[in-house]
Amino acid sequence: MIQMNILLVIALAPLVGSIVAGLFGKQVGRAGAHWVTILGVAVSCALSLHVLWQFLSQGAAPFNENIYTFFQVGGYSAHVGFMVDKLTAMMMVVVTFVSLLVHVYTIGYMEEDPGYQRFFSYISLFTFSMLMLVMSNNFLQLFFGWEAVGLVSYLLIGFWYKRPTAIFANLKAFLVNRVGDFGFLLGIAGVLAWIGTLDYATAFTHAANADLNATFTLWSGKIGFGGWSYDVLSGPVQVEVISFICICLFIGAMGKSAQVPLHVWLPDSMEGPTPISALIHAATMVTAGIFMVARMSPLFEQSEAALAFVLFIGATTAFFTGLIGIIQNDIKRVVAYSTLSQLGYMTVALGVSAYSAAVFHLMTHAFFKALLFLAAGSVIIGMHHEQDMRKMGGLRKYMPITYWTSLIGTLALVGTPFLSGFYSKDTIIEAAAHNAHANGGFVAQYGYWAVLAGVFVTSFYSFRLLYLTFHGKERFREAAHDGHHGDAHHDAHGDDHGHGHHGPVEPHESPWVVTVPLILLAIPSIFIGYFTVGPMLGGDFFRGAIEVLPQHDAMLAWAEEFKGPVAFALHGMTMPAFWLAFGGFALATFIYLFKPSVADRAAKLFALPIRILENKYGFDDLWIKGFAGGGIKLGKFSWKKADAGLIDGLLVNGSATLVDRVAGIVRQLQTGRLYNYAFAMILGLIVLLAVLVKVVGA
Amino acid sequence: MITLGHYLALAAVLFCLSVAGIFINRKNVIVLLMCIELMLLSVNINFVAFSRFLGDVDGQIFVFFILTVAAAEAAIGLAILVTLFRNRRTINVAELDSLKG
Repeated sequence: MIQMNILLVIALAPLVGSIVAGLFGKQVGRAGAHWVTILGVAVSCALSLHVLWQFLSQGAAPFNENIYTFFQVGGYSAHVGFMVDKLTAMMMVVVTFVSLLVHVYTIGYMEEDPGYQRFFSYISLFTFSMLMLVMSNNFLQLFFGWEAVGLVSYLLIGFWYKRPTAIFANLKAFLVNRVGDFGFLLGIAGVLAWIGTLDYATAFTHAANADLNATFTLWSGKIGFGGWSYDVLSGPVQVEVISFICICLFIGAMGKSAQVPLHVWLPDSMEGPTPISALIHAATMVTAGIFMVARMSPLFEQSEAALAFVLFIGATTAFFTGLIGIIQNDIKRVVAYSTLSQLGYMTVALGVSAYSAAVFHLMTHAFFKALLFLAAGSVIIGMHHEQDMRKMGGLRKYMPITYWTSLIGTLALVGTPFLSGFYSKDTIIEAAAHNAHANGGFVAQYGYWAVLAGVFVTSFYSFRLLYLTFHGKERFREAAHDGHHGDAHHDAHGDDHGHGHHGPVEPHESPWVVTVPLILLAIPSIFIGYFTVGPMLGGDFFRGAIEVLPQHDAMLAWAEEFKGPVAFALHGMTMPAFWLAFGGFALATFIYLFKPSVADRAAKLFALPIRILENKYGFDDLWIKGFAGGGIKLGKFSWKKADAGLIDGLLVNGSATLVDRVAGIVRQLQTGRLYNYAFAMILGLIVLLAVLVKVVGA
Repeated sequence: MITLGHYLALAAVLFCLSVAGIFINRKNVIVLLMCIELMLLSVNINFVAFSRFLGDVDGQIFVFFILTVAAAEAAIGLAILVTLFRNRRTINVAELDSLKG
């Protein structure tokens, strides 16, 4: 039996921590701020583990209750409530665990930052928002959590608010997410209009029994105004209700989970401090979209069109954003593009109805990607806030713990057998392969080949990062302080920066508050896949939480083939994915470890594709110059032409000018000479008399 | 034999003369005032003629009122004229156009 009070404490403990650290930061001091927030999140984490344990060992029934009625309007009432089943419990554990480690890590990373308390307040607030999102039992509360995590993400990307790039990045993230959220809100409105309630359980039951061929008129096909109308199309545009709702909801997920073409904000979000890159922009918030689609599986299952759309977007993201990662030199950006690509993998899994595989990859990815980010952060601390990999190299000697944990993260990411990433990624590839085999359509084939090719790309950029940072020549002494690294970031740190900034940088291993979270994340990165793949994917862990129609049998087929984690790993070694990963590893090793000159020659040889990648396929230009620039142009047009020209010029000033002109002509009659007036009077009198005689006399 | 028609014709001729005097005259405000007086007198002729013709004295009583008003008006008009001349140093009608828009 899951108790409501426990769930309330899980959600509210981080909020209390956030409020104390945020509003009473001065009173509690720096240590007070981190203690109170860590305590809050630790309580959440412990209780989340307790809830998961209740599910696993006691077979507790899912919890679904409304706790508080927010408001009632007509027949609709908005509730705050929790729906906690195994899917939620797993998400809660992942969120609070990673959050807890990031809190601890932050003590080391933000040590010298003047905004220490503010940072802790934000990340605790994030944990609260994310918990509200995953624990929600209705769409409205989901939307609350969805927007709240977006807000905290915005605040944290712009944490160093004196850096213009950070301000640009957080504005970009906020605006791009608005595009997605618009779709999301439409989807929620669609659910309300179709089903009449925003409650999950009711909506899912309704979707399972409703008439799925139901359509509604999206557009009458006419444009008209008042009584006038014009037929643009021969008939009205009819769309399937369920597909419309699912695609709208997924557009929301595309914004939050950074899927092409709404992915542009995620690489820029690396302007924020590294701990939040790990927590928000890798492990948890960006997976909210994946979680949401998995949660909505009873809806998405009913719409083939939506699933195909999801698969297509996911496959595109998985492969093409990975390619950009190859040419990045900023250590955090490589990991960011890797995150995009991995989110693409999860989305592909959603698209082939392998929701459990998506959520499984979400979990393993949360651990190893948070690890990679925190390791990158550790490198950045060690290098005194230098992020350019070209100025690193050979750090293995100086930062052994960071090196070994990064290696584990990298191996997990590229899918080395027996490590966690292998189980989740291989499952996704097999599910995509099964789907391509069973469906055979273009999108299904494309999805399969994209994730397969993505493995090679992933492996290549991951090892490139590892080699450039930790192996090879020690390049940090050549790039002696030329003032480059002391950019705005440094300014944000203020002048009380503890490290000496004179002479060449000597990298050093990070303090224990940084390395302990790395080690604690490395452990699940190795083992969690091995131990959970059986029950989560092969067993019925997600029964009741994730619905899959019998005809979407990718995971069923997978479960039949599955003969335990060892057999799966051994089988995986014979599959193309493993050899592609190995190929990526071999190529990266050859180029970056043995023959660095090859990289330069390759750069010359592939100048054009590299330029395309450097321009990120032009998506940034499309949004910034196309949409934002177009918006500015439209605004200018409206301002100059419509407002200043038409309204001010023609209507307001125009009518005054017209009166002025007419009066200018008419006033010529006003001579001021009495005899003219007298003449007019007489003339008028004669006319009046004539009319009188004519009308009255007749 | 002098009939009502003759009187009315005379009055009409006088009236027209005075009207013409008002807007043909471009020189002198005094002529203007005289024309107005003449206009009133022509109306008076009409009153008297109709009074005699209809055997009703009311018309003749009206004439006295009109004469009184006309006298007062002439006094005021001349007073204005004097003030005007003092201010503008002219009584030329063509130059008095301060009402011009």
